[in-house]
Amino acid sequence: MSSTVSTGTKGRPGKGVRAGRPHAAWALPGVLFFAFFAIAPMVLAFYLSFTKWNGLGDPEPAGLANWQKLFDDPRLTQSITVTVLLTVVSWTFQTVVSLLLGVWAAGRQRNRAVLSAIFFTPFLLSSTAIALLFYSLLDPNFGIIRGDTFGSTSGAFLAIVFVGGWQFIPFHTLIYQGGARQIPEVLYQAAAIDGAGRYRQFFSITLPQLRNTATTSSVLMIVGSLTYFETVLILTQGGPGTDTAILPYLMYEAGFKSYDFGYASAIASFLVVAATALSLLLVRLTGFGAMRSTREGM
Amino acid sequence: MESYSRRWFLGAGATTLISATGLTACGSGSGSGSSGGTITAMVYGDDAVKVQTAAVTRFNASAAAKKAKGKIKLEKVPGSDYPAKLRTAMGSPHAPDVFFNWGGGSIKAYKDADQLIDLTDTIESDPVLKDGFLPSVLAAGALSGRNFGIPMRGMQPVMLFYNKAIFAEHKLQPPTTWDQLLDINAKLKKAKITPFALGGADIWPELMWLEYLVDRIGGPEVFEKIKNGDSSGWGDPAVLKAAETVKQLIDDGAFGKGFSSVAYTNKGAPAVFAKGKAAMHLMGSWEYSTQLGEFPDFAKKSLGWCAFPKYDGGAGDIRNVVGNPTNYWSVNARTSNKDAAIAFLRECASEQYAKDLIANGDIPTTSNAANLLDASPNPEFAKFQYSMVQQAPAFTLSWDQAVDPNISTPMLTEINKLFVGKSSPSQFVTALQGLK
Repeated sequence: MSSTVSTGTKGRPGKGVRAGRPHAAWALPGVLFFAFFAIAPMVLAFYLSFTKWNGLGDPEPAGLANWQKLFDDPRLTQSITVTVLLTVVSWTFQTVVSLLLGVWAAGRQRNRAVLSAIFFTPFLLSSTAIALLFYSLLDPNFGIIRGDTFGSTSGAFLAIVFVGGWQFIPFHTLIYQGGARQIPEVLYQAAAIDGAGRYRQFFSITLPQLRNTATTSSVLMIVGSLTYFETVLILTQGGPGTDTAILPYLMYEAGFKSYDFGYASAIASFLVVAATALSLLLVRLTGFGAMRSTREGM
Repeated sequence: MESYSRRWFLGAGATTLISATGLTACGSGSGSGSSGGTITAMVYGDDAVKVQTAAVTRFNASAAAKKAKGKIKLEKVPGSDYPAKLRTAMGSPHAPDVFFNWGGGSIKAYKDADQLIDLTDTIESDPVLKDGFLPSVLAAGALSGRNFGIPMRGMQPVMLFYNKAIFAEHKLQPPTTWDQLLDINAKLKKAKITPFALGGADIWPELMWLEYLVDRIGGPEVFEKIKNGDSSGWGDPAVLKAAETVKQLIDDGAFGKGFSSVAYTNKGAPAVFAKGKAAMHLMGSWEYSTQLGEFPDFAKKSLGWCAFPKYDGGAGDIRNVVGNPTNYWSVNARTSNKDAAIAFLRECASEQYAKDLIANGDIPTTSNAANLLDASPNPEFAKFQYSMVQQAPAFTLSWDQAVDPNISTPMLTEINKLFVGKSSPSQFVTALQGLK
C-alpha cells in the first residue's frame, strides 16, 4: 500500500497536481475572519480572567482570584442547575413538538405547505422582539395570561422554556420535516402489506429512520441552550432573585452592570470550556461524528 | 443556526469584543487628544437632549468660546447603554472631554482612576457656578465632599403620586404619617383596589421604598455612611426595620399579587395606576410627564402628589427627599482645553439654559429657577417639586447611583429577593453587609 505513495513527485503530496482538491490558501479569508473575531477575543477573554479590570486604565494582574471567586460563588452552582434543567425541559418540549410537527408537515398535501410556512415565521423574528411580545402577553393586569408569572420561580422558568420553544420549534420542525421526507416510501408500503397501522409505522419506521436527524437537532438544542441569553435578559433578568440567572446572564451582569471584566471573563472562559466539552461529549455519545447509515441493508 | 452561533460567539469573548467595537465607534469624535480647539461632550441622547444641543450652539457662538479658543462637539449616545458606552470610551484614547453622569457612585471609578478634574475650587472661586445652583443638589453629586460635577438637567425627586378620583370617592386624604398610610391601605383593600402600583420587574421602583423608609426611620445619615464605603452601615437597625416594614406591606397585599411581572419601563405600572387598578404610585417626578404622554386625561384631572409620609417615631424629616437630584457634567482630566470646558459648564447656570429646561417640562436646579416656574407646562406641579427640593434638609441620591456599580448590581438582586420573598428581612441585611 505504502509503495504507491512514494512513487509520486517529491515533497508534500498534491504538489504539482493542479486539479482536484482546492488549495489550502482558499480557506485563508475564512480562517483569518474566524481567528480575528472568534479565536482572538477568546484568548483575550482568557487572559482577562487572570486580571482585575473595571474597563478603565490597564488590567492589573489578579492571579487566580477571579477563578477562585467563580468556584466559590454559590450562583455558579445555581446557574449550572438552572441551565441543566432548562436544557432538559427545553429539549423534551422542543423535540416532542417539532418531531410530531415535522413528521406531519412532511406530507405532501397543499395545506401542509402553507401551514408549514406559517409555522416557520416565529423563527424569522428576533429573539428580542419575541421576548418583548411575550412579556406584554404575560402582563398580570393587561395580558392574556394574567398571573404573577415572573414573580415565581416555576413561572419564570416555564415562561423561558415556552418562549424559547416558540421561537426554535419551527427551525427544528424544518429539520425533522426534511428528515422525514428522506424516508423511502417503500418502507411504508412494505409495512402496510405486513399489516402495520399508523402508530406501528411511526414507531417502527419513522422514528428509527430519524435517528440522525434527532441527533443533529438535539446537539443544536443542547449546545444552544448553554448560550441562551436575550430571552432571559428581557423576560426575567435572572429573577425572581437569582433563580433563572443562567451563566451567560451572570457574565453579562458581571461585565456590563458591575464592570468587573475580569470576573466576567472568567465566567466566559468557563462557558467556552463547558460548551466545548459538552459538544464533544455529545458527538461521541451519539455517534454524530460517525454518521452511521440508517439504511443498513437497503 | 445563525443566532445560535452568534450567541456562542458572544459568550466566548463579549468583553473584548465590546471594548474593540467601542474603540472604533468612538473614533469618529475628535477626542481629547486633538490639538485644535474643539472638545467633545458626551450626553445621554433622550428627548431632553435638545436642551444641551441648544446650549452647545449658543456656547460655540459666544464670546466665552472665543476667549477659551474652544468649541464643543456634542456626542449623543442613545438608549440605556449609555453607562457601558461611556465606560468603554473613557478607557480608550478617544475619551470625551466633558460627559453626562448621575454623580456619586456613577463616577467613582473615574475619580479613582484619576480621570476627573476636581471642580471644588473652581466652583468656590466662580460666583456664577457657586451661587448658580441649589446647594443640596451640588452636594448630592459630590464624592467625599468634593465636587466633580455641574448640574445640567432637571431635578428628579421621588414622590408619592395618588389618584384624586379614587381618594375623593373613598373620602381619603393623602397620608402624612405612616399610620395614615396603613389606614388608607386597609380601606382601599376593602374596596378591592390595590393600594400601590409597583413596577417590580425593574427592581429600582422597589428600591425607592427602601430608600424612603430608611430615611424616614433612621435619617439620611444611615445611607450616607453606606455611600461612603462603610458596608457595616447596612447593619443599622433602620435598614432592618425598613425591610420588615416592606415585608409587612407585601404580605398585606399593598402592592397586589403580580407586581414582580409589572415593569415601569414598558409603561406597565403607569397604566395600572392611570386606569384606577391601583390608587397610589411611589415614583420619580418623571411619572408626571409619563402620564401626560400616555394618559393625558388622567394626568390633567386625577393625578395628585405629596411627600412620602413621616414614620412615627422615626428620625428622618418628612422634608427629606430621595431620588436623582439631577444629572451632572464632569470634566475629563485629560482634556485638551480645560478653559473651554469650564466656560461651557457656566452656560448651564444661565437663565436661557434654565428656560429651555422649563420649556421641556423639567425643573432646573438653578437658584434662579423659582422665577421661571410659571412658564412651566404645569406650574402647580413645577412649584411643588421645586420647593420640595429647595427646602429639603437632605437629598439622598438613589442608592443604585450613589454606590459603585459592583455594589449596586448585587444590592438590587438582594432587594428583588426581599420583595419576591426569597429572603427574609434579616437575611437581606446579612447579605447586604457582605457586599464589598
